[in-house]
Amino acid sequence: MSDHDHSHDHGSELSEQQLRVRALETILVEKGYVDPQALDAIVEAYETKIGPRNGALIVAKAWADPAFKQALLKDATAAVATLGHVSPVGDHLVAVENTPRRHNMIVCTLCSCYPWEVLGLPPVWYKSAPYRSRAVKDPRGVLADFGVALPKETEIRVWDSTAETRFLVLPMRPAGTDGWTEEGLADLVTRDSMIGTGLVRTPAEIAT
Amino acid sequence: MAKPTIPVPGIPCDAEGPVFREPWEAQAFAMALALHERGVFTWPEWASTLGEEIKRAQAAGDPDTGDTYYRHWLNTLERLVAQKGVADEVTLARYRDAWDHAADRTPHGAPIELRAEDFK
Repeated sequence: MSDHDHSHDHGSELSEQQLRVRALETILVEKGYVDPQALDAIVEAYETKIGPRNGALIVAKAWADPAFKQALLKDATAAVATLGHVSPVGDHLVAVENTPRRHNMIVCTLCSCYPWEVLGLPPVWYKSAPYRSRAVKDPRGVLADFGVALPKETEIRVWDSTAETRFLVLPMRPAGTDGWTEEGLADLVTRDSMIGTGLVRTPAEIAT
Repeated sequence: MAKPTIPVPGIPCDAEGPVFREPWEAQAFAMALALHERGVFTWPEWASTLGEEIKRAQAAGDPDTGDTYYRHWLNTLERLVAQKGVADEVTLARYRDAWDHAADRTPHGAPIELRAEDFK
């Protein structure tokens, strides 16, 4: 805290977090651990280039190209690397396929492990305690909260991510999309459908 | 566009909200990735330390709704930086206080820069 309590009228203020982050960055740059330009490049990539559109294009390709789908389900890390998406932290990616009999959902109960290279950074709710604890205990209830109701016969399988293994849900291709391009198909794929807390859009939904 | 996610009691929702809410969150995120790339820590070490920080914050009354996530991230970063011998707590505090001093003497609106005189 400040060591004097006169008015700050003539000075600037930094929040406690800003002070600590600036302190860290100054030290790390002085010691040669990080390069400020490299930090900026990382931030820019996550703000502008790496997001759920990457995942949507992967899902669309899997729907359109059976050989790619097979490769994705066999070794997702390798399959997405062929499209230029590589995890920055060296974890394995596993794609889990939804079927009429099984719906998949992903969570990280420990913290917030998430397949950044294909989905970008996780939404706030993914990082929240209620989601992290309830997804495992009551997945059907969580899905209901997200407005998703599945047939009773559909099994819900919850995958707990770790630092080493992360998951991507491969949703079911909606009917009425025969002959669509991968770009068109990708427009149907929502971020939440690849986390398993949502469904893909139907052709009717995007036509409006 | 995506149907907006319906607000859920207990689970904070967003549509496709901003990736980082404040610049410091982005800087803290990038520093962790850069230090990992330098081999200062492994990613499993990072994740388990972050998990501990989240549990500790919850125990101390943090609502843990995801909004405070980058505060846990920053605690993790400081802890690992100290644990791996990059900079100890005393050094971190000294630089933090120096930045506070620099902010105090900088007219509002001007860029804040650290100078030798800020270290007492």
